[in-house]
Amino acid sequence: MCPNCLSTPLTRRSVLRSLASGFGYLAFADLAQRAAFAAAPSHPLAPKAPHFAAKAKRVIFLCMNGAPSHVDLLDPKPRLTADHGKASPMTPGGQTRLMASPWKFMPHGQSGTAFSELLPEMGSHADELTVIRSMQTDVPAHGPASIQLHTGSAQFVRPSLGAWTLYGLGTESENLPGFINLSAPTANGGAQKYGAGFLPAIYQGTPIGQLGAFGRVVGELKVNNVANPKLSRDQQRAQLDLIQALNRERLARDVTNAQVEGLIESFELGFRMQSEAPALLDLSGESEATKKLYGIGEEYTDFMGRQCLLARRFAEAGVRFIEVNHGDWDDHRGLNVELPKHCREVDKPVAALLTDLKSRGLLQDTLVIWGGEFGRTPHGQGNGRDHNAKGFSLWMAGGGVKGGTVYGATDDYGYEAVLNPVHIHDWHATILHLLGLNHEKLTYRHAGRDFRLTDVKGKVVKEILA
Amino acid sequence: MKAFFSRVSAALAIATGAALAQTPELPARLKPLDLDGDGRLSVDEFPDKDLFARIDADHDGYLTTAEIRNYYLKVQNQPPRKAAPAANTPAPAAAPRRSPEESFAFLDRDADGSLSESEFEQLNDIVPYFRDNPGAVGTVFTQLDANHDGGLSLAEFREFYKLGGRGAAGAGRTAPKAGTPRAEKPKPSAVGPAPSTLAPLRAEEAAFFEKNIRPVLAEKCYKCHSADAEKIKGGLTLDTRAGIRAGGEGGPAVVPGDPGKSPLLEAIRYKNDDLQMPPEKEGGKLPDSVIANFEKWIQMGAPDPREGGAKASVAKAQALEKGREFWAFQPVKSGAAPTVKNTQWPRTDLDRHLLAAMEARGIKPVGDAERRALIRRVSFDLTGLPPTPDQVAAFVADSSPDAFASLVDRLLASPQYAERWGRHWLDVARYADSSGRGSNLLYPEAWRYRDYVIASFNADKPYDQFVREQIAGDLLPTKDDAQRAERLIATGFLTLGPKELAEKDRLQFQLDVVDEQLDTLGQAMLGLTIGCARCHDHKFDPIPQRDYYALAGIFRSTETCYGTVPVITNAHAAPLLELPKGSPIVEMPGMTASALRAEQGRLDQQLRELTGGSGMESYQLPPEAEKLRPFILVRSQLAIVNAKIKDLGPDGKLRPFAMGVREKTNPTDMPLYQRGEPGKPAAPVPRGYLQVIPIPGAPISAGSGRRELADWIASPDNPLTARVMVNRVWHHLFGRGLVPSTDNFGSMGERPANPALLDHLAARFVADGWSVKKLVREIVLSHAYQLATTYNEANFNADPDNAFVWRMTPRRLDAEAARDAMLAVSGRLQLQPPLGSAAARVGNNFVNPVAARAGAEAMSGLRSVYLTVLRDQLNEALGTFDGANPNAVTGDREETTTPAQTLFLLNSPIVQSFAESWANRLAAVPPGSGARIQAAYTQAFGRAPTENEVRATVEFFGRFLAAAGEDETKRREAAGPAFNAFCQALFASAEFRTLN
Repeated sequence: MCPNCLSTPLTRRSVLRSLASGFGYLAFADLAQRAAFAAAPSHPLAPKAPHFAAKAKRVIFLCMNGAPSHVDLLDPKPRLTADHGKASPMTPGGQTRLMASPWKFMPHGQSGTAFSELLPEMGSHADELTVIRSMQTDVPAHGPASIQLHTGSAQFVRPSLGAWTLYGLGTESENLPGFINLSAPTANGGAQKYGAGFLPAIYQGTPIGQLGAFGRVVGELKVNNVANPKLSRDQQRAQLDLIQALNRERLARDVTNAQVEGLIESFELGFRMQSEAPALLDLSGESEATKKLYGIGEEYTDFMGRQCLLARRFAEAGVRFIEVNHGDWDDHRGLNVELPKHCREVDKPVAALLTDLKSRGLLQDTLVIWGGEFGRTPHGQGNGRDHNAKGFSLWMAGGGVKGGTVYGATDDYGYEAVLNPVHIHDWHATILHLLGLNHEKLTYRHAGRDFRLTDVKGKVVKEILA
Repeated sequence: MKAFFSRVSAALAIATGAALAQTPELPARLKPLDLDGDGRLSVDEFPDKDLFARIDADHDGYLTTAEIRNYYLKVQNQPPRKAAPAANTPAPAAAPRRSPEESFAFLDRDADGSLSESEFEQLNDIVPYFRDNPGAVGTVFTQLDANHDGGLSLAEFREFYKLGGRGAAGAGRTAPKAGTPRAEKPKPSAVGPAPSTLAPLRAEEAAFFEKNIRPVLAEKCYKCHSADAEKIKGGLTLDTRAGIRAGGEGGPAVVPGDPGKSPLLEAIRYKNDDLQMPPEKEGGKLPDSVIANFEKWIQMGAPDPREGGAKASVAKAQALEKGREFWAFQPVKSGAAPTVKNTQWPRTDLDRHLLAAMEARGIKPVGDAERRALIRRVSFDLTGLPPTPDQVAAFVADSSPDAFASLVDRLLASPQYAERWGRHWLDVARYADSSGRGSNLLYPEAWRYRDYVIASFNADKPYDQFVREQIAGDLLPTKDDAQRAERLIATGFLTLGPKELAEKDRLQFQLDVVDEQLDTLGQAMLGLTIGCARCHDHKFDPIPQRDYYALAGIFRSTETCYGTVPVITNAHAAPLLELPKGSPIVEMPGMTASALRAEQGRLDQQLRELTGGSGMESYQLPPEAEKLRPFILVRSQLAIVNAKIKDLGPDGKLRPFAMGVREKTNPTDMPLYQRGEPGKPAAPVPRGYLQVIPIPGAPISAGSGRRELADWIASPDNPLTARVMVNRVWHHLFGRGLVPSTDNFGSMGERPANPALLDHLAARFVADGWSVKKLVREIVLSHAYQLATTYNEANFNADPDNAFVWRMTPRRLDAEAARDAMLAVSGRLQLQPPLGSAAARVGNNFVNPVAARAGAEAMSGLRSVYLTVLRDQLNEALGTFDGANPNAVTGDREETTTPAQTLFLLNSPIVQSFAESWANRLAAVPPGSGARIQAAYTQAFGRAPTENEVRATVEFFGRFLAAAGEDETKRREAAGPAFNAFCQALFASAEFRTLN
């Protein structure tokens, strides 16, 4: 029961009731659904005004599961190169050796922001993004850190960033879920990472596709139950109209019943998703040039290219929060082989997404984020690098973020954030701020108290705001 | 850090164990090495840098198993012995020249690199001294367990030899004396030399204090930090010895003997920007000579003659006293029912309580429910299943005055009642068949707890006994094996929680397990969020942090046995409890001993090929990156097979196991961890109870205290236990609790709308022998329960939440009831409960094999309560419809309406399959004049269709068939699908899924 809904929607109900059941309804269903969606502020997914003017209307979070090595990709450390092979001061006793990045860093754009030679195409967008080099998280283990990255808490089951966003802003995509998670990994928290926690479940992400162990792609990029295996569209419409007639009959008897009203809306949305979602997921209508831009059809980039292109299509369709997953970046061993492979898989598609969004005028109000749950150690672990939660990097672009900027810094070796550290809570606060939401005011009452994404912490990183 | 060290010793244990002990109990395991699958320990996983340097032969910054083994052999200076003592023969252990490493490997039966209490207790059978001094072994264990993580690492075990353990392990003459510190010994570094409080101060100490310390404290500090302060800052008082030692929010101000650990000194040194005292307005930094005096004073042991309790604790006591005034902590008051104006309406005292509240607000209850609606309502509420049309007809026709009462009694007596109400409790018990979090491994024995809960509701087990069994069933007397098994299984309640099995820090993991137990128990049974007091005093409720640790010590003294397979992502596999013979066993296909051994051999061979090693105990990681993943895969499979072999009895048959708890042999008080951080232990807190609940608990002396805690919770005088449970029952029958926040009766929860009614029910509940069935019966026989759901504008304006029950709230069927209703109506329902669960048939494993069959499970005829519950992968048929989230206590489920639900109802093969079965069943109804349609509505809704419904149905068939085309044959062929689609539409409708 939603107490907010009980007192208001008489107009809404009368609209529904005035529509005769059956054929008449058919003709008006579309109109009514649109009108209802816009006119019913009590609908939990209806667009809501932000707390203040927002720079970003939507988020695309490119989540690099397994923790990319910041010292090899985004945080050049000359001292690390100079001291290669020396005993690491981070591990007293000198049992580990500092390991220089095997790759060169190149300055890009007017800003000269450095990107690894492994990420040349992302680098070409340097002037459009801020690299945060002073990220910090609490736990250097994948499960807790991934969960914290997504929910703010490494320990408790809490709503995810996307769920909070949807709760705060609603969605503009009438025919699609407002929070879509592409290829969510089952490991390291699973559904918790796009879950609604204690928020109403309607705010949870809709998973499409799935990543299995070691970043294997195990699920297709599709919506569950989106197609009816047995009925033609006309037949299903007839069936749906019967269901809706029964629902309206029920509603007429109850006089007021927010659940049944919600159900009626939800059936229409579900029915519409059947036509919209498969069409949106079908990339065959995209031009060859676009597919080529994203690297679709090419050996390394096909999967990520499809995901990034889907993300753009969802963004265009008004989806509020889109997460794209890639992994596994957990390179304890064989960094020399593995890291170039991961980079090759994502560099071009991610750069293509930025290019494409920009050319369509979407980048200015779409916040794009690239990063993982933590970073890696400057010292070697065999021929790889170990987990490092004390300092790591990610970048943010578009949607109100400064271009050509580097924020914060780690120490000389890239081990620990020493200048302007940005904790996950600060990062969350900043994302909400860009969306026009005050992280201290976006609260939900649960188990007797008002909860926030940022718990009792979080500071907006004002310096990176455009 | 300590956990890392124990992992190193684990490596040593494996190397030595495999080479030297070779008992069949020692599977070759890589588990303790690391979680990353790199098979090596990097230096920062390893706290002892010197030892690391010695072991790391090639100085590459990590340790391989070979290096560890070589190091060990070098140290031992002897070749590995091939012949090994058998696991069950203790005699060789007494060999006097056994090295610490050898003894350790021998005792470490599960080769996890750490000796649990029970493993250490094997010395009882070996060492005469221990045999003759029961309890001494626990004392020694406590002394050795320097990091109090509940296990002995090799390093800690070595101390045993320094204590005279060689004698103990050998001849047993020089065992350590049994002066028992009952408390976990706090880290010496954190506490330093024993405080000098008990010894009289020497004159020069007192003089030093009076001359150099007291005047400074009085002049510079008391203004904010004394009993007389206007407002005590930071909860810290410095005007008594107790105050300065207990400290404030940041822990002790002074650690006698350890200036470096004394925040007071840190503060006056002005080195820490965040901690500088006295503040500038009091004159700022003290002269260096004064600071030096303080340092010297602390070094001396902080001698302090000032007596008296700390002001802060006085303040806390006052807060507790005030806290007890909160309604929930007040004793249950059972008074006479209030008088009401309308004496005709009430049937019971319950009704009088409700009506009095309504009359006071000018609310009038609506009329009664129709009999058809009533039987449907009560059938779903009591059994989770719809009534059959015959049952509806019979009830409608039965005009006898006790027709409803006998219907209720029939429902209460049916096994389906227990499945329904058992499921409600499983929500609260956050029941699941997997561990969740990062690793998410199966709990194959969880189903026994599920069945225990159902059997308890079936037998109408008194709720106080139900509570006792779940907390301390293992400690209760039992009359036979069956009852023993039942009570062991009951303690599964404490083990079922989600666990971060990949957590690297062992102490952190153990504290998290205790925290989860405490948090669950608090919310489930007391309606209190005790977990909030882990890091600080509860912000809202009168639960001091020390109470948290008083309770936590009870669970810290308890061993949690939850099983799980020791794959690479599981750093904390645990034992299970073996059940008495005769307990049911779930057969696993292909699980013969010979098949398993063959599989073991095959996997072993694969490992040999991958590693070039010599098999099981040679699990050194292959150097080639491309072999890494196959290696981990095969090792996981081997771990699974090994786990199954371990569960076989000597006869080659499976033995029965259960999740549950047992006592540790060395119950200990637990230190209060400042800010909840494992690295910051303060003084131990004696095990005990929540002070705010004003009933005495039995003193906890021997044992963990669980038994005493269970009695304290299940006491009729506990103000919360009965209230919380009757409120849960009310919530399930009215859709909203008298206290709507069912799991939080604290100050941040909601207040009862009708406290007198809550107390009336609680008192009745206890007086009726804590019978849940009697409680349910009393409520459903009330007039209030039998009201219609009719809307009334005036009442709605006065009471929009229906808190005073002026009507029955229309409610949605929950996930289980909705699926079970489809099963029942379609004729697919299978009332016979299954043996075990899908997880049990797979056995110890990842969740994947069970998850892969989730669709088939949902399509089966099993009642929903028996479907496997995988954390973070709830069965689509339930998870889509707000099935309880097993990561938390769920007394009150969310109710959402999402397009995913819609798509499931419209398109899922599961719903379509149910609809088809139902359509086939309806085909038996003779055709003509809409008889089948009538029958369908009657079966689905418990009533005939309305005119509008008939019209919509007719229109549907017309349109559906028209969509098939003009062709007559095609239209005839479409008749079947049309009827299927019609049935499915009824399943999807709000009417089917709602209770009137």
